Amino acid sequence: MTFLPKPKLHHPKLASNALGFTRRDYEGSISTLCAGCGHDSISAAIIHACFELDLPPHRIAKLSGIGCSSKTPTYFLGNSHGFNSVHGRMPSVLTGANLANRELIYLGVSGDGDSASIGFGQFAHSIRRGVNMTYIVENNGVYGLTKGQFSATADKGAKNKRGVPNNDEPIDMVSMALQLGATYVGRSFSGDKTQLVPLIKGALTHKGAAFIDCISPCVAFNNHDGSTKSFDYVREHNAAVNFLDVIETRDEITADYAPGTVEIVRQHDGTYLKLRKIANDYDATDRISAMNYLQTHHARGEIVTGLLYVDPDAEDMHAALGTAMAPLNGMSDEALVPGNAALAKLNASLR
Amino acid sequence: MSQLQAVNDFVVKFANVNGSGSASANKLFAQAVLRMGVPATPRNIFPSNIQGLPTWYEVRISDKGYMGARGGTDLMVAMNPQTWDADIKSIVPGGYLFYDSTRAIPASKFRADINVIGMPLTQICNAEYTLSRERQLFKNIIYVGALAALLDMDTDAIKGLLADQFKGRDKLIQANYHALALGHSYALANLPCPIGLRLEKSDKVGDRIFFEGNAAAGLGAVYGGATVCAWYPITPSTSLAEGFTKYCERFRKDRETGEKRFAIVQAEDELASIGIVIGAAWNGARAFTATSGPGISLMQEFLGLAYFAEIPAVLFDVQRAGPSTGMPTRTQQCDLLSAAYASHGDTKHVLLFPEDPNECFTMGAEAFDLADRLQTPIFVMLDLDIGMNDRLCEPLVWDDSRKLDRGKVMTAEDLESGRVFGRYLDVDGDGIPYRTYPGTHPTKGSYFTRGTSRDRFARYTEEGAAYQDNMERLLHKFATAAKIVPGPIRRDAKEPTRLGAIYYGSTAPAMDEAVDLLTEQGIALDILRIRAFPFSEDVERFIEDHDQVFVVEQNRDAQMRTMIINELEINPKKLQRVLHYDGSPITARFISGSLAETAASLKIVPLRKAVS
Repeated sequence: MTFLPKPKLHHPKLASNALGFTRRDYEGSISTLCAGCGHDSISAAIIHACFELDLPPHRIAKLSGIGCSSKTPTYFLGNSHGFNSVHGRMPSVLTGANLANRELIYLGVSGDGDSASIGFGQFAHSIRRGVNMTYIVENNGVYGLTKGQFSATADKGAKNKRGVPNNDEPIDMVSMALQLGATYVGRSFSGDKTQLVPLIKGALTHKGAAFIDCISPCVAFNNHDGSTKSFDYVREHNAAVNFLDVIETRDEITADYAPGTVEIVRQHDGTYLKLRKIANDYDATDRISAMNYLQTHHARGEIVTGLLYVDPDAEDMHAALGTAMAPLNGMSDEALVPGNAALAKLNASLR
Repeated sequence: MSQLQAVNDFVVKFANVNGSGSASANKLFAQAVLRMGVPATPRNIFPSNIQGLPTWYEVRISDKGYMGARGGTDLMVAMNPQTWDADIKSIVPGGYLFYDSTRAIPASKFRADINVIGMPLTQICNAEYTLSRERQLFKNIIYVGALAALLDMDTDAIKGLLADQFKGRDKLIQANYHALALGHSYALANLPCPIGLRLEKSDKVGDRIFFEGNAAAGLGAVYGGATVCAWYPITPSTSLAEGFTKYCERFRKDRETGEKRFAIVQAEDELASIGIVIGAAWNGARAFTATSGPGISLMQEFLGLAYFAEIPAVLFDVQRAGPSTGMPTRTQQCDLLSAAYASHGDTKHVLLFPEDPNECFTMGAEAFDLADRLQTPIFVMLDLDIGMNDRLCEPLVWDDSRKLDRGKVMTAEDLESGRVFGRYLDVDGDGIPYRTYPGTHPTKGSYFTRGTSRDRFARYTEEGAAYQDNMERLLHKFATAAKIVPGPIRRDAKEPTRLGAIYYGSTAPAMDEAVDLLTEQGIALDILRIRAFPFSEDVERFIEDHDQVFVVEQNRDAQMRTMIINELEINPKKLQRVLHYDGSPITARFISGSLAETAASLKIVPLRKAVS
């Protein structure tokens, strides 16, 4: 297998965004994943979200670990720097990259093996630190590249392709993220683009650790009867709590809504999250009740999706560290090196 | 009975219980000797424990300037009953024992061939102080006062140090002066002052400074322009990250806004530490981690990525005795192989070997230039002996005209000018490609970094030829590294000799002294101090110039020797092992003893005898 470039030709009337880019400018090379893979839908949703937000592609850094999901950054944002790092270690590499230059947008792409098994610790600690990032787990419950072993998010009792049940309790990434202090938490389904695109847009504009668990069926190894991560199973058990719109200015909010049906949340960067409620009793700004809601509905066998939690006033790791506003990677020698006079003074104190 | 006689040339060893506050009093003694112009080298020998276990503080005093550990004790300050027997045993015949005589100790517990000086320290303290903490702390100052009298020291030096230490807290200064005088006057009135060991003012210290290697390396990272530090606490490296923190707070914090021009993260483990370093360096910041052997083991997978994807990173490895937890508070040079060839697959890494705090500083700064220049991990190999001890060294200097060398980085202008950018393309013939920082240009210069194979333009490929082409270029780059890393330092004997010795890092002071000891025995020795890996041509030449070369190191398996044989294809028979690895610092007596013995067994006749 080699690198497959996409043809550059496109329809002359293809729409452009405020920067003059078309959707095609946000694409990468041709996907080498299996036909029908949920991950390709997520890549398409990322392209869609970045296009609609008018993000300059080169100001996004895309990072991943190892696995099918971690291969996907090749298939979107071809003009962005990408880093396909080590299995389970994307969060630390992303954290370091973010420390070096706080002005870029950081998109971390990972899978359930990458984040819930080998990289569980790094997932947890990057969330705890409040790294300003969008962290997407493309969750299919199996190891694809090694041909179908269960991952740590596979439900107990779910069956693999050969009919053997999984005996271990699953790790719910969304519950973990909430507990660890993620300030934007969403869950979606690769088969539901209308829900997923705005969730990614909200995460990209959020300042702080934004986490999205995206259930993404594996057509090769986990889309059969008895799987709880198949297209059919997820569609049947999907329980969305809200529908999100990300809008750039307050003026765009025009319609009058019936009381209690819509919630408007202003984010740090000035964008607004408009939440149309589906579950009337769900409050996406209340972390504790979100956690309760998730547990209750999980026990009923439902997969709760939507924007599950947002703290619009979140602070990120740089705020906690007190780092300079200017990127560390662009600082001059004068700003960094104290010089010989300072050394002479130090020498004198060491005699 | 004989009484050892020496002026400005003896070893004082303090045996204490850790957590008793003795460390600062003992350091005070060493610094007072230095203030008298007499070179003194302290070594803190401590357990992996916070309170209650034995700890020793050994001060080598040498007017000749020898700074290696010597072995043997001339004056033992025995303050720990737990280690009494071993402490008494280590005193050289004719040496002195100073102890707390408050409680009677049976005569059988002493030796007939040493001079015993008892002082009722606890009794004096209990009479003077009521608070138990005061009794404990001032007991230490009282014995320093007594030592000053016994060694005929100038108490002004001690007083000056106390005044500096407690600047602005006059009450404390006076209290310490009082305790010092208490010990001093008691000793003058009741003990045989001075003893045969004496200190006289000298001028052998000059403008040298007294500094800890870890702190110096942390300061070097500040001067090297490091902005990101990610680390996980591990003895004996912790004070390096703390040193960086301290000097960043001093030098890199905006006076008005408080904004920090640095970011320090205490990571969840060593894997995350090196991951953060690699991510930051990939994104154009200078980044480092500080760790020890177990941390290097944990970082192996990431180090292969950094080598193969060509990402700069700096690692300070403050070595301790392994394997496993080994002896975590004892020194060794035992991580050479695991650092030099870290990770799976074919890898080689650049190593630097500082000899003292001065080089910890200079190499600590230079490592960042080398990392950016070579786009690869650079290891600075300290060890506990230089890392965690204060050592006399040359003052630190910085050339203000020096610019940080960021290596081959293409800017937006370079890309705009139409220059070809291939992330793994060797344009200049030195094996080092160009890189771009993320976010540089809207349409040019982006690339995908990966640990999988790729072609010269960073495009994924599994073609054997492209893979091999890249691996060959990495070797070529390593050959370039050999030309730009700090070269070895050679010092030839006054007369021609067929014997040579290779050494590195903290072995340096013991080696310098061993050369003098061997010269006295009529054995001439040329020496070469290796300062970096890969080896420069000078290493090969040195070995060619001699019939037998001793490789002196502080590990069991002769790791440097293995690397020399492996990299330079030297006949192993030509390289004699001289290995010291019990966890204590190597001594001149050990080196000269082993060399003389081996030289004799090799039937090498000292040149002087051969010609006479």
